[in-house]
Amino acid sequence: MAIPVAFSASSSPTCTVLPRQGLPGILGSPRPLQWTKKERRCRRKIGFMVTAKFDLKPPPYALNSLEPHMSQETLEYHWGKHHRGYVENLNKQIVGTELDGMSLEDIIIVSYNKGDLLPTFNNAGQIWNHNFFWESMKPGGGGKPDGDLLKLIERDFGSFEKFVEEFKSAAATQFGSGWAWLAYKANRLEVGNAVNPRPSDEDKKLVIVKSPNAVNPLVWDYSPLLTIDVWEHAYYLDFQNRRPDYISIFIEKLVSWDAVSSRLEIAKARAAEREREEERKKKEEDDKMADGETAEMYVDNETDDSEVE
Amino acid sequence: MALRRVSKKSIELGLWHSHGLVREFSTFSLPNLPYDYWALEPVIMTEIMKLHHQQHHQSYVTNYNNALVRLEHALTMADSPTIVRLQSAIKFNGGGHINHSIFWKNLSPVKELGGEPPKPSLGSAIDRQYGSLDALIQKVNAEGAALQGSGWVVSFRNFFEQLSELHQILKWLALDKERKQLSVETTADQDPLVTEGSALVPLIGIDVWEHAYYLQYRDVKSNYLKNIWKVINWKYASEIYEKECP
Repeated sequence: MAIPVAFSASSSPTCTVLPRQGLPGILGSPRPLQWTKKERRCRRKIGFMVTAKFDLKPPPYALNSLEPHMSQETLEYHWGKHHRGYVENLNKQIVGTELDGMSLEDIIIVSYNKGDLLPTFNNAGQIWNHNFFWESMKPGGGGKPDGDLLKLIERDFGSFEKFVEEFKSAAATQFGSGWAWLAYKANRLEVGNAVNPRPSDEDKKLVIVKSPNAVNPLVWDYSPLLTIDVWEHAYYLDFQNRRPDYISIFIEKLVSWDAVSSRLEIAKARAAEREREEERKKKEEDDKMADGETAEMYVDNETDDSEVE
Repeated sequence: MALRRVSKKSIELGLWHSHGLVREFSTFSLPNLPYDYWALEPVIMTEIMKLHHQQHHQSYVTNYNNALVRLEHALTMADSPTIVRLQSAIKFNGGGHINHSIFWKNLSPVKELGGEPPKPSLGSAIDRQYGSLDALIQKVNAEGAALQGSGWVVSFRNFFEQLSELHQILKWLALDKERKQLSVETTADQDPLVTEGSALVPLIGIDVWEHAYYLQYRDVKSNYLKNIWKVINWKYASEIYEKECP
């Protein structure tokens, strides 16, 4: 889902190019770059400077609209201070580095560094996670999902109630700080990076996972569908130590199943596309073999052991 | 309400070797605070002290005991998967109990001992090693962002300082009893100090989990870290220091 930051690479730049890069669309569609009139008209020759700053994306609802389940005060601090802090810190960290200009998802994967976290990981991960979290909720949320999402939940967890129980348990037992997720795991074998040679629809399934601190399922190549923030700052003003109550209210009153369903459709489409791509590659290789190009055989003609003195 | 000593080795390894016998243990219980819930005002408000002690610490104790009961059963059944699976709950909850039992002793109301600077020999050890008490406090608080100019200086220490913004942590002034040296340490989650070194003895521990300050200081952790030194009980720290370095 890499959204490249396009900047003017014209041969005679006459403008300080400052693309306003919004955060990549969480639901998969890239947000269009927004160029302010001022920048377009800028004719000053001050050199070719490119910066790609991340913006603090607001939740898709007013800060008081999740009351009484999540207070305005919580959102003012959680979004207005904590989330903003991650954005500001990441922007400072990436200036002038190779990460400058990369999409947020790419920064996350690169900084995850196979588990040996680089300094930018925590800020990048937390920005992504919080965007995803705000969009996982809506005023008047809760209730039950329907359609394909409900069918898959019932298939993979037995029932919606069992799913809720497992999700609540994961969220409650993430020690310290972190997140609990519903994610779509697409046709990968359970072993490392192995690709399933005979993929079937049963391999693609919903899973509940929990992650510490800033980690998210993107680093495991899953498609996140829903998340709950279980850092203490997410619920302490409203619920103090009563994390289980916060989790229940989240499920019953806040979850946006619409958002989860859309994300599932995108995840399924992406998985199908990837499958087609892998099939196409495999077919190419098979065709190559059939064209008479034999596989290389390594035969050492220099030492012919059959020759005996 | 005796706080039963658990061997450091077993904390470190998290494993209780049974050798065919199951070690007997008594359940742990919540220690009393050595002062009233309101006694640390205005540095730490009453509501925080009540929640912190009666809810958070209590739940570490409860869950620690539950995990130990299940461990004992798993040991008798020689159920290795369960024995291993319980380690994280033991480390987290047991660590939480150990750490918070220390924290309550590290604090004292302002009108009693809180904030009074350490006397020799701990006081002189601090001056010798860090220059002054203020310098030590600065180091513990790790104030000042590690971001430098337009670059990101990647050094282990800078990384760890930033990590403290993005992790629930505990900060410690420790005594390395083998080297007879003080050190400033940070542990993540509820990891007890010994996880940073088996010779480390905690002199002062500061809980920097959000539950320790959020209701009062909100997201401004630095204010909490500045103010807490007004209620730190240096007499207790000195006693421990003098015991290890007579």
